[in-house]
Amino acid sequence: MDSRRKGIRNDVNVSELAFEAVKPALEDAGLTAKEIGFVALGSAGAGAWYEELLPAVVTSEYCGLTGAGLVRCEAACASGSAAFFAAYSAVACGQAEIAMALGVEKMREIDTQTAMEWIGRAGYYLWEFHNFGLTFPAYYALYANAYMARYGATEEDLALVGVKNHKYAAMNPVAHLQNRITVDDVLSSMVIASPLKLYDCSPMTDGSACVIVGSEEKVRELKIDAPVWVAAIGYSSGTANLSKRADFLSLDASVLASQRAYKAAGLQPEQLDFAEVHDCFTIAEILAYEDLGFCGKGEGVKFLREGQTEIGGRIPVNVDGGLKAKGHPIGATGCSMIYELTKQLREEAVEKSRQVPLKNYVGLAHNVGGTGHYCYVTILRR
Amino acid sequence: MSSASMPAIKSKPVTVSQDIPVSKTLRFWEGLKEGKIYATKCCQCGSLYFPPAADCANCLSTKVEWVELSSEAEIETFTHIVVRPTSFSQRKPYTVAIGKLKEGVKVLAWLTGFKLSQVKVGMKAKLVAKVSSDAELSYEFVPLDKSEG
Ligand SMILES: [Zn+2]
Repeated sequence: MDSRRKGIRNDVNVSELAFEAVKPALEDAGLTAKEIGFVALGSAGAGAWYEELLPAVVTSEYCGLTGAGLVRCEAACASGSAAFFAAYSAVACGQAEIAMALGVEKMREIDTQTAMEWIGRAGYYLWEFHNFGLTFPAYYALYANAYMARYGATEEDLALVGVKNHKYAAMNPVAHLQNRITVDDVLSSMVIASPLKLYDCSPMTDGSACVIVGSEEKVRELKIDAPVWVAAIGYSSGTANLSKRADFLSLDASVLASQRAYKAAGLQPEQLDFAEVHDCFTIAEILAYEDLGFCGKGEGVKFLREGQTEIGGRIPVNVDGGLKAKGHPIGATGCSMIYELTKQLREEAVEKSRQVPLKNYVGLAHNVGGTGHYCYVTILRR
Repeated sequence: MSSASMPAIKSKPVTVSQDIPVSKTLRFWEGLKEGKIYATKCCQCGSLYFPPAADCANCLSTKVEWVELSSEAEIETFTHIVVRPTSFSQRKPYTVAIGKLKEGVKVLAWLTGFKLSQVKVGMKAKLVAKVSSDAELSYEFVPLDKSEG
């Protein structure tokens, strides 16, 4: 398991970036590539923002994984979690003893405007992009304005999410944006899609992350010293057209996916020690607090302002900087969340200043694809 | 470290424009030219679809009828898009809104003719068909008092 420095990585191509995560993951597990029975690659922009159409094939060859069962998983920004689910499933159903989930994304080989074009098309192209030119920030801005109108939240409230996540990213040496910011920095940054401004948005990031999954039997046989177990994976989806959503105050896919995960794990949200949530935009983190049951509906801003999602609060959230500041290499993000959960649960190698206190040794990763188009909630325990 | 300084080779450029079939929703696109906005209604279960759908996802019937929608909408949310994608880069910044019609369906479209400071969640607007100067077919929300055509 490993996750490398994220940012603008024009020094490496997609295969070389994948290798940076695969090598230390195999070394950490004490395995060779030949022992991996199944590989699921999460990547969303193949052929669009980077040149390879079949990234699973090229990265596998480059990393010596050829011969394993192979698939690319696309679930937009949740592709990494979808890949993790595929790898987990391969092991859980007994088809593979050891499987790999590899997330990789190269977003900085094209100009920003073209990237906005591609990601804007990632909804329902025909009905919501073709005539109307929606962008990814705009989809979430629709939620932000509805939420602010309904609950009286302000742009300053949203900015506080950015301030918190940049604070933790400054303690994370692999984060893309390691600068601390203030509410004024957010409010004075340029408007992207009102009310969202530049510092309300996660950056376009290159990155990779790799997770190795093994059966309980195999993990014991290999004498893995600090295994972390999958307690549950919950999933759901939302309509392609935003115009078909019941309201713009929560993401139904997040609500359903988390309820399924809690039920399968036999856990309540109060029992989680910490969480990684999908903060592609500041509003998204506030919605996540509510959708995942960390606080009541409409109470997300209060919960944030009370410091309940900081270390020392009720449930620390995104203490690696989140998508907002750690960066959001779309297809790698899900695997990067699993990486962070694992590091925290092992109480190892995470900078001491941002190690969360563990009581139940349980963490949750919430990974949304698109604008609530896909959702995966993964609960890990030590 | 400046990324621009990194050595790279340019991939071969490719220009793509797909022909999107509209045979099954032709009545909708033709209707826009007549200033009408149509939805589809399932002949079997009565489900109403906007955007129009030739097939019913509710009961799997493939028999649908065309019904003209009313025009008054309540705006549920909106955003003003400043940073535009490449294909809209020649346009001025634009406002997108989602409005709910009395039939219960919602529509996502541009909202024009308002000052941005006047746009509020919960306000009323009128949904109208639009044919642009380059014959592109669309629809948009405009102020209630704006006369049609
Ligand atoms: Zn029907």
